[in-house]
Amino acid sequence: MSKAAEGRPIQPSAPGGAAAIGRPAIRTEGLSKDFTLHLQGGIRIPVLRDVDLAVAPGECVALAGPSGAGKSTLMRCLYGNYGAGSGHVWVRHDGREVDITSADAREVLAVRRDTLGYVSQFLRVIPRVPTQRIVAEPLMARGAPADQAMAQAAALLARLNLPAALHGLPPATFSGGEQQRVNLARGFAPGYPVLLLDEPTASLDAANREVVVALIAEAKRAGTAIIGIFHDTEVRDRVADRLFEVAPMQDAA
Amino acid sequence: MSALMRASGLQLHFGKVAALDDVALEIHPGEVVAIVGESGSGKTTLLRVLAGMMAPQQGRVLYDGQDVHAMGEAARRGLMRSDWGFVHQNPRDGLRLRVSAGGNVGERLMAAGARHYGNIRAEATEWLKRVEIDPARIDDMPQTFSGGMQQRLQIARTLVTRPRLVFMDEPTGGLDVSVQARLLDLIRALVAELGLAVLIVTHDIAAARLLAHRMLVMRHGQVVEQGLTDRVLDDPQHPYTQLLVSSVLAA
Repeated sequence: MSKAAEGRPIQPSAPGGAAAIGRPAIRTEGLSKDFTLHLQGGIRIPVLRDVDLAVAPGECVALAGPSGAGKSTLMRCLYGNYGAGSGHVWVRHDGREVDITSADAREVLAVRRDTLGYVSQFLRVIPRVPTQRIVAEPLMARGAPADQAMAQAAALLARLNLPAALHGLPPATFSGGEQQRVNLARGFAPGYPVLLLDEPTASLDAANREVVVALIAEAKRAGTAIIGIFHDTEVRDRVADRLFEVAPMQDAA
Repeated sequence: MSALMRASGLQLHFGKVAALDDVALEIHPGEVVAIVGESGSGKTTLLRVLAGMMAPQQGRVLYDGQDVHAMGEAARRGLMRSDWGFVHQNPRDGLRLRVSAGGNVGERLMAAGARHYGNIRAEATEWLKRVEIDPARIDDMPQTFSGGMQQRLQIARTLVTRPRLVFMDEPTGGLDVSVQARLLDLIRALVAELGLAVLIVTHDIAAARLLAHRMLVMRHGQVVEQGLTDRVLDDPQHPYTQLLVSSVLAA
């Protein structure tokens, strides 16, 4: 919690994560996660134990804790990229709560299409697909007309200072910072009700960091619930309403 | 939404070797499902059993509620001409090499009932363009095409009748990496555009990650793990899946 205290307006949340006002857009209930490494003699590594986190619409919660405490693991569990050992991840989707940990694959994909966005640290895309299309695709998947989606993608890429000359190129040869901005545009374009951000400003310069801070503020005003990992404490203190502590687990059982 | 195809309790043994050991599977409209596993794991056998090309010793395969293995050869061939498509690993198995490129595409349309020559040729031309083959080569024989072009022609031939369910057996196997990427992009775009259900057998984990919504991991004739593609690959639970994922070279 030491670093977290440096930020001015942020209140660490209650252990139960009960600070959220109103009905949460996303919440976990007794979420636990172990990894069993069968190739290393079946060693078990516990990472998360009984995590209870709730985030309301329009709220931004920053995950805090030292490296290796399990912040990224928690994010991946929230997105359904990792399964849970026990407990639940409830996402308000289509007027009801869906448990990402137990929903079938088709339902998880529907939640990801309409409700739950994730900006990871790495851009993983099909070779040959141009940047602008990568950003437009989630919009088209939700039914936006192609020309409208492409226009919106171009506008957001431009706002993130990615020159128009690059929009028609696949991002494989882009720099790390450029790829991250493609990833951010893809994550922010659809206006998901819940958005997960894993180090969204890690390889950005000051100007682009400002753009991301503004995008987060706008998303919050639009009612998006945001959960983020921010190593950049200055950015974190400007966007986060509170911190949620992810404590390292003790040694493997 | 109800399943397009539903298989359960599939058993098929070759002597003492279990090619399929109690396999169950569902595929829904618009869904891309990858079947991965090492050679001899039973994945191609599963594809052939689901497509009615081989009969299981036990278990059932239902397509739209009909039992695929009880419906008789004529009905099954009818499905292959209309509702289904099969893309073979070797395009030579799916193409007629002594018939022109346009003829290969047009033939399937004719088998599905098209009769007007002008329309058939126009549609064949359109499909060659969609799979990025120069329409000027419509009258050339597939033998004069590269492997990647032949594979794209096979895809055009398969998709021209707009099937609802497509079986693909290692469609990118044996192709140059650059050609693979182009083919993956093409398959992905067509699948999204046409809303196809696809069952794709591959040992290419990276291709499966990019194409498939859902993944089944097979070993010794059994499905050892299945689920959301990225969860199976990033948080594998079964020892064999962990081995498979950890053996892939990162590009």
